Amino acid sequence: MRRATLFVPVLSLLALGGCHRSSSSKPTTVKLGVFEPLTGANAAGGAMEVEGIKLANALYPTVKVGGKELPIELVVVDNKSDKVEAANAAQRLVDQEKVAVVLGSWGSSLSMAAGPIVKEKKVPAIALSATNPLVTKGNEYYFRVCFIDPFQGTVMANYAAKDLKAKKAVIIREVSNDYSVGLARFFADSFKKLTGDQGAILAELNYNTNDQDFTAQLTTLKSMKPDVIFAPGNYTESALIIKQARELGITTPFLGGDTWEAPEFVDVGKQAVEGAVLSTFFATEVPITDTSKTFLDAYRKQYGKEPAAVTALGFDGYLVARAAIEKAGTLDGAKLREALVATKAFPGAAGLITFDENRDATKSAVIKTVKGGKFTYLTTVQP
Amino acid sequence: MTLALFLQHLANALSLGSLYALIAIGYTMVYGILRLINFAHGDVFMLGAYLAFYSVATFMLPWWGALLLAVLLTAAFGVGLEWVAYRPLRDSPRISVMISAIGASFLIENVAIVLFGGRPKGVTVPDVMNVKLTLGGVSIMSVSLVIPIITFVALAVLLWVVQRTRVGMAMRAVSTDLDAARLQAIDVNRIVSFTFGTGSLLAGVGGIMWSYKYPQLNPLMGVMPGLKCFIAAVIGGIGNIPGAVLGGFLLGGIELLTIAFLPTLTGYRDAFAFVLLIVVLLVKPSGLLGGAAVEKV
Repeated sequence: MRRATLFVPVLSLLALGGCHRSSSSKPTTVKLGVFEPLTGANAAGGAMEVEGIKLANALYPTVKVGGKELPIELVVVDNKSDKVEAANAAQRLVDQEKVAVVLGSWGSSLSMAAGPIVKEKKVPAIALSATNPLVTKGNEYYFRVCFIDPFQGTVMANYAAKDLKAKKAVIIREVSNDYSVGLARFFADSFKKLTGDQGAILAELNYNTNDQDFTAQLTTLKSMKPDVIFAPGNYTESALIIKQARELGITTPFLGGDTWEAPEFVDVGKQAVEGAVLSTFFATEVPITDTSKTFLDAYRKQYGKEPAAVTALGFDGYLVARAAIEKAGTLDGAKLREALVATKAFPGAAGLITFDENRDATKSAVIKTVKGGKFTYLTTVQP
Repeated sequence: MTLALFLQHLANALSLGSLYALIAIGYTMVYGILRLINFAHGDVFMLGAYLAFYSVATFMLPWWGALLLAVLLTAAFGVGLEWVAYRPLRDSPRISVMISAIGASFLIENVAIVLFGGRPKGVTVPDVMNVKLTLGGVSIMSVSLVIPIITFVALAVLLWVVQRTRVGMAMRAVSTDLDAARLQAIDVNRIVSFTFGTGSLLAGVGGIMWSYKYPQLNPLMGVMPGLKCFIAAVIGGIGNIPGAVLGGFLLGGIELLTIAFLPTLTGYRDAFAFVLLIVVLLVKPSGLLGGAAVEKV
């Protein structure tokens, strides 16, 4: 449909009816691409978002396109937590699967790998929990249903400076991860401003994705005696960092970002991560809209546990895409994009969604802490 | 830098190095006998850790029972792997066996993803391994003391087996010349199975100790340690058991002490290992303790 050429009918004949997307026949299903890490370092993040998308698909399995109710088919691809694999996976979604909209990915770096591909092929993509500003910046086909890191960094710097009354901080960042490096910088900028001290960040220590041993960095950190440690990064490495810090006798509080909220964080860190504080998108303790209630009821019924914030965002991404398809009445990428741009105060499970000029949603942040092995709501911060 | 700080860095380095050493022994043994780089060694290591995890989680075994069961199963798996992937290629060119090893590695990883799932698992560390010991400002977990002990016991037992027993004599004979050994009525297949079993057993112990030290499992957890320990074995002189231990300690030490003293280079941590490998291959291709002749694979 998007690239209706003379080839398409011929190809669809060759494919013996396997292709639904010829210019002569109407589509019989609407394909939504789910672009997530299902293996590798970010597998838990991807799995939680897929849960939300599948739940939404079970509740709202069809979409009206041009007066016809069509089933929505989810095409799930694994981007393997790897930037190169992510580009391949995105390419497959837009070229072979010819999806109408791409949802994902958990992890800003992975989303950024898909950026040029969806832009070139004019397939709108909706990031669910990727918070680095560069995901959507300058890419008119990438949207996101969550807040961005300049806000998240400020929220955590505020918490450190005002609630913890910290004067000096050390940052530990995952140096190969755009999310971690970006968020660390935004935290550092606002922490310096809040304390009025250019030397408020004692050090920025680095590690790599998949590292397991952080004792060298932490031993260095221990001698600096900071009031607070900001360590945005992947949940598994972060849990190991906190565990090893406690083993080395470091008792300083740890702050982090939304990527910590995965059951694995507590599962790996156990007792050591008690009291760790993080910012995220949504807390089940404070439902925001009617959709929140629909989502929570359905999730609890199906899984018998509490959903993570990113699961709610997966749910929202699906609904936003579905609403845009319905509004556009076509699967044409450019038209879908316009419909998405026009989204205003869409009631999602994790709050109202309105895209700003950078196609980012402006939303409040939630601060949580680990208490008794559970992520527990502390407070909500308005933008 | 204060003395306590330096000692802490040193303790960290020794603790990582002994783990590398333990896994490197398995690599070097298999290479010593068969001139085969067992690329699936890291995946056998992963399997050991998962087997121990499931023995505790599913069969409710106490940790030492789980450890024993997992180690034996891993050893059996190693023997089976040799049977299926390497033995049929015994008389093929060496490159075929190496490709088979790489294939086996990918197969194990991907089957593990299907069986165990891609999401990481948190390991419950037994209490004995999780005691914090503090001495003069240096903190260390008990597991970090246990690992070097296991490494040195394994080293001593292996040296004794290789140098002093009949099996060891047969191993040395197979290593020197496989066909000639066969002519001397040595059951080559049995010796090779024994070697693979022992190597995999050590990989299993290494995997479980790794999961006690870094209590997180994922199906690809063996890839990087596998590569690093291969490098450790090459640095020490592949085929040489004390060399593998030396290489492991050197690699762990260089890795951690570089981060400690040159924090800006942390991002290149894994690169240090590979640079070290290149330097050793250029300066002393047979490794620090290796013999004069090393065949290229």
